[in-house]
Amino acid sequence: MAEKIQFELVSPAKLLVSSPVDMVVVPGSEGDFGALVLHSPMITTVRPGVIVVHDGGKISSSTFVAGGFAEVNEERITVLAEEAIPVGDLTQEMAAVRKKLAKEARDDAKTDREKSNAERLTLIAEAMAEAISGAKH
Amino acid sequence: MASLKDLRMKIVSVKSTRKITSAMKMVAASKLRRAQTAAEAARPFAERMERMLGTLAASLAGQSGAPKMLTGTGADKVHLLVAVTADRGLCGGFNSTIVRATKLMAADLLKQGKVVKILPVGRKAREQLKRDYGQYMIEGFEQLGRKGIVFAEADQVACHIAAMFEAEEFDVCTVIYNRFKSAIAQELTRQQLIPFPLPAQAAKADVGAKATYEFEPDEETILAEILPRNLATQMFRSLLESQASEQAARMTAMDNATRNAGDMINALAIKYNRSRQAQITKELIEIISGAEAL
Repeated sequence: MAEKIQFELVSPAKLLVSSPVDMVVVPGSEGDFGALVLHSPMITTVRPGVIVVHDGGKISSSTFVAGGFAEVNEERITVLAEEAIPVGDLTQEMAAVRKKLAKEARDDAKTDREKSNAERLTLIAEAMAEAISGAKH
Repeated sequence: MASLKDLRMKIVSVKSTRKITSAMKMVAASKLRRAQTAAEAARPFAERMERMLGTLAASLAGQSGAPKMLTGTGADKVHLLVAVTADRGLCGGFNSTIVRATKLMAADLLKQGKVVKILPVGRKAREQLKRDYGQYMIEGFEQLGRKGIVFAEADQVACHIAAMFEAEEFDVCTVIYNRFKSAIAQELTRQQLIPFPLPAQAAKADVGAKATYEFEPDEETILAEILPRNLATQMFRSLLESQASEQAARMTAMDNATRNAGDMINALAIKYNRSRQAQITKELIEIISGAEAL
């Protein structure tokens, strides 16, 4: 493959990654998708999960994101993530803390807004736990 | 005339004031560097968010059913002013600029018969606006970013504003903050958050591209998700800019104070030396005239 796709991962605090890669696999809300160069333009929401970057025939990095948005066009893919942690840095404790927080939020939730927020936290916690167990295998 | 001892004590006190202001200047300078880097690092996210929003809005343009956060409630009755200041003073005109601008805007809106609500961010905004505009004030936020602004804090503010909007407590939301231009210049900025004005450039650039973009799940769903996020991003940006401006303003103010203290010490030292000399002369004259009288 001659050409590469420009992959940008941005968090509110800073530009985390900006480099040309072979392929990026993103957990879109309607299912995972791989973005290569010349992908048709699209905008999608991203669910909590792991973004896997393939470069030079192997997986070069995998990053956990807690949801966000992705914009793909022919030459680049931009992922806006509110939280992004390299999978290698995730620990069981982090997932446990998240789970606890999510559970508390679920128990305290009264309004619809709080409920949907708690649901989101739960999803993030589950995705994080999954990312950790996935990294071990 | 002040006695020698009084003068000496005054010099000592001005000297220690100078020490404090010069230390504050150093602290502000190092904090400024950090705040400036943070503000600059946050720009890519806001820019890309704006670009995405521009694309979405362009493809939704003319269709009904766009979220209210983008189009507004249609009314223009209740205005929410978010005044972003610091928690602490001693930073020159930083806080009072914001307060003055907020008062002006509130007075203007009230004259037009609009309803005004003020949401203070930062302790100084609340304290300084309380006297004249206390009855319009709603509960605000304080102590944000004591260890650097984190996104969660901006999100908290944004969530509060979004909840208020959903409860139809206001129609238009404007945030007033100091934008960081350089270490010596801050620019007072009034930015409308709701309804969110699209950058003209982004809207134009994406007209051609709008037909080709695919949306997953669909425009409305993405917009409904992205708008509250955008609110948080804009809030985050204004907090960061405000933080950097605060440190810059404090640095300049403390630099001036240090210099003034130096001038004052010089003037006092001259006065001290002169009165000491005068006293010595007086004592000599007394001794000599005493000796002559014998």
